[in-house]
Amino acid sequence: MTPDVVLAATAVVKQYPGTTALDGVDFAVRRGQVSALIGENGAGKSTLMRILAGVEQPTSGTLELDGRPVRLASPRDAAARGIAMIHQELNLLPNLSVADNIFLGRELARYGILERNAQERQTRDLMARLEQPIDPRILVGALPLGYQQIVEIAKAIAQDVRILIMDEPTSALSAAEIGVLFRLIRDLKSRGVAIVYISHRLEEVLAIGDHVTVLRDGRAVAEAAADAVDVAWIVEKMTGRTAAAGVPSGPHAEPAGAGPPTLSVEGLEVGQAVPPALHGVSFTARAGEILGFYGLMGAGRTELFEALIGLRRVRQGSIACQGRALAHLGIPERIHAGLALVPEERRAAGIVPTQSVRENIALAQTHGLYLSPAAERRSAAEFVRDLNIRAASLEQPITSLSGGNQQKVVLSRFLLTSPKVLLLDEPTRGVDVGARAEIYTIIRRLAAGGMTVLFASSELQEILTLATRILVMAEGRITAEFAAAEATEHALVAASAPAMAALNGGD
Amino acid sequence: MAGALLFRLRALVALVVLLAVFSILSPAFLTAGNLTILLKHVAINAIMAVGMTFVILSGGIDLSVGSVAGLAGMVAGGLIDRGLVLPMFGVVVYFQIWLVILIALAAGAVVGTVNGLLVARLSVAPFIATLGTMYAGRGAALLLSSGATFPNLLGRPDLGNTGFLYLGSGTVLGVPFPIWLMLLFGVAGAFLAARTPFGRHVYAVGGNERAAQLSGVRVKRIQLQVYVISGVCSAVVGLIIASQLASAHPATGQSFELNAIAAVVLGGTSLMGGRGSIGGTIIGALVIGALADGLVLLGVSEFWQIVIKGIVIIVAVVLDQLQRRLQWQPSKA
Repeated sequence: MTPDVVLAATAVVKQYPGTTALDGVDFAVRRGQVSALIGENGAGKSTLMRILAGVEQPTSGTLELDGRPVRLASPRDAAARGIAMIHQELNLLPNLSVADNIFLGRELARYGILERNAQERQTRDLMARLEQPIDPRILVGALPLGYQQIVEIAKAIAQDVRILIMDEPTSALSAAEIGVLFRLIRDLKSRGVAIVYISHRLEEVLAIGDHVTVLRDGRAVAEAAADAVDVAWIVEKMTGRTAAAGVPSGPHAEPAGAGPPTLSVEGLEVGQAVPPALHGVSFTARAGEILGFYGLMGAGRTELFEALIGLRRVRQGSIACQGRALAHLGIPERIHAGLALVPEERRAAGIVPTQSVRENIALAQTHGLYLSPAAERRSAAEFVRDLNIRAASLEQPITSLSGGNQQKVVLSRFLLTSPKVLLLDEPTRGVDVGARAEIYTIIRRLAAGGMTVLFASSELQEILTLATRILVMAEGRITAEFAAAEATEHALVAASAPAMAALNGGD
Repeated sequence: MAGALLFRLRALVALVVLLAVFSILSPAFLTAGNLTILLKHVAINAIMAVGMTFVILSGGIDLSVGSVAGLAGMVAGGLIDRGLVLPMFGVVVYFQIWLVILIALAAGAVVGTVNGLLVARLSVAPFIATLGTMYAGRGAALLLSSGATFPNLLGRPDLGNTGFLYLGSGTVLGVPFPIWLMLLFGVAGAFLAARTPFGRHVYAVGGNERAAQLSGVRVKRIQLQVYVISGVCSAVVGLIIASQLASAHPATGQSFELNAIAAVVLGGTSLMGGRGSIGGTIIGALVIGALADGLVLLGVSEFWQIVIKGIVIIVAVVLDQLQRRLQWQPSKA
């Protein structure tokens, strides 16, 4: 072990009931260097990171800090040893000032009275040291996101952090803000801080990282100095396949047997921000197709589906279902026209937790003057049988079902509206393996019956298994299109990487 | 399990126990005369609470109900006692009673519409929106008479506007009209909540607004409608009271909103929305009414009555929380 290594994980295994998240991973964090961690969703990055930060304990394997074995019992314990983690979602209180946030939980006080001036002075000194022009008295909520990130980093540094773990720190930042962040990271390196950097943006990782470790299926499959490798090498290691020559582009390759067009989207623009949530999205879907939308978090898949069903206002462009223009209709009209969305967040937007299985299935189909519980029971019973929903009774609360069965209930609700075009956002998130296979079977059966199915997923395997045609999204645009036969993991990953314009603009 | 069932129907059990205890302790309690008085009192709270139940089921709250009752009574009182004065034509218009009632109900619907628009369209928190209309409504009621009472609602035969008193004091088959109205609102409300798509949508909006929206429920329309229902129910209450007193007083209905909310909560409806029933609310109103009536008969001091009412409400909510926790268990197993 080189003396540079401050924190080393050796043969770390982490098992959850049913799955092995980490399977004997070695990972070293070096003083004054950026150790980048790369991998697909579910490869084990977050688990490893949480173990390093003391959030979780490894099932087996050892952690060594400065060459001595160490057990990080909690995030507090890790923090006491100089390890801090900055989450993707920032942990700041927007209603408090920068100084208040930095001293949160360890306020300076004398005789029980807060010493505001001392806190602000120390914060000002800290910001000067980081060369960041941030006023300690300004409310965090009033700062742009990039500067909030810097406040979070400053908070860690104020506590003498030696190892800083950053999870997707740039996912919400603009190019200029990334420049500021990268300058700060380089400054921290020069002070000897060790940094663990997790990102999906491969070019960014190569630009800021010193060492690159690639995780796949819970194993560290490759490690290299960042300047010795390129994006193609990383993609190859991530997907486990040799990179094919170039990206197969093959636009508009319809699979044989696809029916007439059912949904056509033309030049869709959504959102006022720069860049907009969706920009120039156009595609056509046909009856019998299973159209997969692949992309990283924030690529615009959810935004696209929400715009299609009417949750987001369409600024420009058209949506037509079987020739009927939908872009300016409300959600009920779009459902009536044949669209339905099974949302990504089942708890927040899918189930009605206060209602029974029967009421949840019937929800989208309650029209007219009075309800017929008998008819509701009949159609609910039919779906419970058809989709193999495991519920003891139609009258039991929806919350007493497992995630997979809840998902099937939400699916039943929308199938009851007889959709022509079914939108499924992450249809198997939080669903166990068995129910997942069943949901795939159901989707295939629906498509075979002439329905158009659009689904969004950030899991490569799911996209490749299920889709008959694949559209890749990045930064609110469609960046590539593949027929199922010609799609490769490598090509999908390459097409989903956000452009890194002005990456080094901060230098 | 019988125990679990009794626990679930605890409001009903509490009502039966109260009736039993009071009839044992006071021979005057279980007489036709006393029960009629009791139910007439309950009717006022129950009708208001039916409207409140819809609002609370949808995830909102309506603090303006008491002021709406006062305003509706004053509108009716003014139209009967003074008529509608039209200075530009130099005439005073008197309406027939059915039209007076319709106008007063419309006043309630207008306040309800304002509440609904504030909540649904402008996303004002229901507590704040209806707190505002509570004050504004009370002010409007006072403005109608400059704070005075309209003392004579008998109407005049020569103007053809008599008969208003029947609403509060008339009887059908020997049962006072307000009790029939309570029955009507209870049954209609229960049907609306349990057997119509509207009712189901109210529950869905209160249970998960986003899921309801994605399922094609017109969430904003539902939110508007529940406040209109609540406004109309409150106006009915204001009319009953004015009719019973044969006069309209601008302070009528003050703090009635708290009684209505208490009845809804006692009836097992969750203040978080999405869970509850109209039947429960009626039982809740009966519990409050029986408690007040019985304690008076027993000679318990008025001040102790208030304390006891407060304790009963707290116990009801604590039991509700207990039930929620018991329900969660099987889902984890």
